Amino acid sequence: MSAERPQASAAVRSRPATEDPPALKGLLIALAVFFLASFLVLPLVVVFVEAFRKGAEGYLAALREEDALAAIRLTLTVAAIAVPVNVVFGIAAAWCIAKYEFKGKSFLVSLIDLPFSVSPVVAGLVYVLLFGAHGLLGPTVRSWGWEIVFAVPGIVLATVFVTLPFVARELIPLMEEQGTTDEEAALSLGAGGLKTFLRVTLPNIKWGLLYGVLLCNARAMGEFGAVSVISGHIRGLTNTMPLQVEVLYNEYDAVGAFTIASLLALLALVTLALKALLEWRYADEIAGTHRR
Amino acid sequence: MRPSRRRSVIPGFGISAGITLTMLGLIVMLPLAALVLRAGAAGPDGVLRLALEPRIFAALKTSFGLSLAAAALNGIFGVIVAWVLVRYSFPGRRLLDAAVDLPFALPTAVAGIALAALHAPNGWIGSLFVPYGIKIAYTPLGIFIALVFVGLPFVVRTVQPVLAEAEQEIEEAAATLGAGRVRTIFTVLLPPLIPAILTGVAMSFARGVGEYGSVIFIAGNIPFVSEIAPLLIVVKLEEHDDAGATAIALTMLAVSFLILLALNALGSWTRRRYGHVR
Repeated sequence: MSAERPQASAAVRSRPATEDPPALKGLLIALAVFFLASFLVLPLVVVFVEAFRKGAEGYLAALREEDALAAIRLTLTVAAIAVPVNVVFGIAAAWCIAKYEFKGKSFLVSLIDLPFSVSPVVAGLVYVLLFGAHGLLGPTVRSWGWEIVFAVPGIVLATVFVTLPFVARELIPLMEEQGTTDEEAALSLGAGGLKTFLRVTLPNIKWGLLYGVLLCNARAMGEFGAVSVISGHIRGLTNTMPLQVEVLYNEYDAVGAFTIASLLALLALVTLALKALLEWRYADEIAGTHRR
Repeated sequence: MRPSRRRSVIPGFGISAGITLTMLGLIVMLPLAALVLRAGAAGPDGVLRLALEPRIFAALKTSFGLSLAAAALNGIFGVIVAWVLVRYSFPGRRLLDAAVDLPFALPTAVAGIALAALHAPNGWIGSLFVPYGIKIAYTPLGIFIALVFVGLPFVVRTVQPVLAEAEQEIEEAAATLGAGRVRTIFTVLLPPLIPAILTGVAMSFARGVGEYGSVIFIAGNIPFVSEIAPLLIVVKLEEHDDAGATAIALTMLAVSFLILLALNALGSWTRRRYGHVR
């Protein structure tokens, strides 16, 4: 291979100088595969094996439990609220950050990223401190007849908190890269602001938006720490799917816990597959991909 | 806040900035302010006294120590995995690449019970270590395993793009000048990667300190031994000890902030030292 190339030690080199010796290459691949298999693949496999420990009947029976169905309904409800809220916030934040110049912009960007660096448990805690029985606003809110802590509104709030950066983080670099020329052209041709957004901006960002929605949805459905602190674990009422997994696991109902866990694992696999597909098919239209 | 420099012709600054600031204020800033206000009632020395209470101090030590250890291991294996994914082609490489993101996508509670089942004394991995008298699940070692899991993608994903952009000409030059492969790797290839590695390690560490769901099932949660700080927040809340919970949360935020600051400084020092773009 390298015979044509002048080499320092021209003797018996049979591979390019930038290629590792086959033994080292084999060793490193083996190490990487072993590390990823034992840390990533085995946990995934064990979820499905444990879920089907009592066969398909056991699996289906665990799925038909009243509390399991209630948990699935609640998780879908929470995601159905949190994801659209995130889309509105993400688009608004990306629009004002990418299309205008103003003071304090980078500070605003760090503020948007803040929820990612706060522990999920702390995210739940701050809402308990705010709206709990002894919280700053707790008594006020209660006098209005609202229940937030240990109720669905608290779960939604905590979920919105932990997922807030997802769509914005994808859209900001994408819209900054695209600039404002397309929108200026549309406006100068007489289109209104809303029409410009719907017909020009939205088509430009749709794949990046979908990418953010995908990640946001996975986190919204799977969030555990923040929701756990604020939900109060009331079976059939305030248990989302991850919380139901915890309750069943602590009651030594392994099949029940792993059955619900298997649904969440499937969600994760579908998310990863769609994410890989988007990255492969629309790499140029998702600016955020290489950052993660 | 208003757009400066020149008036933009694009409409919608008012409404988009309004939505952004209102939501950030109500959902992020107001609750965090509640935390700081609550701690302010106790005063800084009050918070410090609570944080130095033996059980809380032990939990903080467990969380920070094990997160650092897990982040360090992820630093080493993350570079190996990134190297293998960028430099070698072998069957299954794409699948392996996609699998790296699993800890981001898999809900933490699912990861938690799966890791616990796997490393329990009767689990697939746990049972392999029983003959040697090593217990993984329900010990600090179990916490370490869970933290390695959640932090795994960070280093791989920060190092991968830098490695992909590194120019092979430099390596060739090193080789032509007579450096062996190992020497090339350690003196030419690795130094420019250090900022990216440190960033990844810092992110892995920060994630580990706050991690709750994937840890509590495998931890055993024995006070003074295998109790993590986020769990102790939950315990304190259940005991209606809001002041204690607040003190732990604030200490966690403050210490993580300081460590990240230090790592950032280290990162910019290596950047200056090796003069690399990242």
